Amino acid sequence: MSYLTLSITLVFVLIPLVLSKTLNLGLEKDTIIATVRSIIQLLAVGYVLQYVFDAEHFIFITLMILLMIGAATQNARRKGASIKGITWKLIVTFIFIEVLTQGILLGLNITPPTAQYIIPISGMVIGNSMVLGILFLNRFTSEIETHQDETELILSLGGTPKQAIHNQLIASIKASTIPTIESQKTIGLVQLPGMMSGQIIAGADPVQAVQFQLLILFLLLTTAVVTSIMLGFLSYPTLFNERMQFLKLKDGES
Amino acid sequence: MDTTTKPAVEFRNVNYSADELHILKNITGTFPEGKITTLVGPSGAGKSTLFKLCNGLRSPQSGDILIKNKSINDYDPVELRRNVGIALQSATMIKGSVLENLELPLALQSKSIDHDFAEELLHDVGLQGDFLHRNAKDLSGGQRQKLSIARTLVNRPKILLLDEITSSLDRVSQHDIEELIEKINEKYGTTMIWITHNLKQALDIGHYTWVMMNGEVIETGESSILHSPKNERVQQFVKGELE
Ligand SMILES: Nc1ncnc2c1ncn2[C@@H]1O[C@H](COP(=O)(O)OP(=O)(O)OP(=O)(O)O)[C@@H](O)[C@H]1O
Ligand SMILES: [Mg+2]
Repeated sequence: MSYLTLSITLVFVLIPLVLSKTLNLGLEKDTIIATVRSIIQLLAVGYVLQYVFDAEHFIFITLMILLMIGAATQNARRKGASIKGITWKLIVTFIFIEVLTQGILLGLNITPPTAQYIIPISGMVIGNSMVLGILFLNRFTSEIETHQDETELILSLGGTPKQAIHNQLIASIKASTIPTIESQKTIGLVQLPGMMSGQIIAGADPVQAVQFQLLILFLLLTTAVVTSIMLGFLSYPTLFNERMQFLKLKDGES
Repeated sequence: MDTTTKPAVEFRNVNYSADELHILKNITGTFPEGKITTLVGPSGAGKSTLFKLCNGLRSPQSGDILIKNKSINDYDPVELRRNVGIALQSATMIKGSVLENLELPLALQSKSIDHDFAEELLHDVGLQGDFLHRNAKDLSGGQRQKLSIARTLVNRPKILLLDEITSSLDRVSQHDIEELIEKINEKYGTTMIWITHNLKQALDIGHYTWVMMNGEVIETGESSILHSPKNERVQQFVKGELE
């Protein structure tokens, strides 16, 4: 696609702008910001990727991944601001997920060890891990708040912190991972996944595209479940002190 | 107060604050072993907070609390909480049946409750045995209070903290619970500390009493001091409650 054709696609930005203006929806400013940001961010990523692919150097790949982890942490930590040390817990979780998934992919020779594979797959894994982290932290902090009395009741009867928070932890892990599992049940029936569509448009063999998409889906299952469980088990101990007393959540923006 | 009985719980210059709020101010005093002591005072005096300190759910910023002459900090929290039972003011229930709630103290130790024991406990607090399989969240406020008392008895604690356990009960049920508490106190020699807004109740069943106001202990002694308190604020409080 040439830049000329690409600029014509701005029609698709004009339509919502005009509609917003006529119906007084007040979406113009955000639409324009979103458009400009996506153009700059994606073009920048494109050029960076081109450079990294050409260089094919371990250092650049690592840097890219660290950048992704940094951005994901920055995004997710706000949702868990009321949990002590959430930044580090997120970083550890993302690194673990990345090492686990790439370890299996590269270790079992499922994908070749080139930037072309490692970077997009890492992007999807870390991106999904971030979304899961946000879903989990949102749910977990609200479960903690609404069930404070139960937590204190169990402690008062001689229960351990783990017993006192068990139900809230399990409920939050389930609630945050269910959307990932559910969406995979109807995938392909309602909509074609974006990555697969992109590959097919770019001329790839549909069956090959499907195979890749399946790989990604399975990866995301692991990502979802491992992210929630890990964040949960890293987070709950900070809610209690060494005298097994329940500490109030910090006042964090959420 | 009474020097002939040993203290089961002793407060020594205890201060407790939360969120910059000084909730308990320099509390000193004892709760005699094997006796029923009532804890009375206006709303917000700090009574429930004092209970949470006795049970180790909170720790004071300064001062010490002794349980059976041993500093509370020298107990393992789990052991402490099994021995110092508390029926919380909120009578909170976990999700599940009455049986699951009653069994909770044992379930936390991976044990299950003997069916006859469960029915006996329910009977003691005045709930029928067929309640066992009802949903605990559907119980009325009074029924929850009864279940909460029964649940606290499961661990057979040596010290029992009862936080307004009869506030939602009718006269007859109230009387039944009072008798039950006296019975347990006599049979097992359990030390009882009972928060109540009902001064008549305090006079009837309490051996001793503590009067708290604004985070301070104002008067302590035998329950009869409620008839003729020395402190002026206590006089007003008692007058208001008893009329
Ligand atoms: N976690 C907390 N953070 C801040 N303030 C608290 C906390 N817990 C209790 N308080 C405050 O401490 C004071 C004493 O509360 P407490 O529940 O002990 O009173 P109480 O004597 O049991 O009253 P009531 O008779 O209404 O049950 C109140 O002013 C309450 O708002
Ligand atoms: Mg109270």
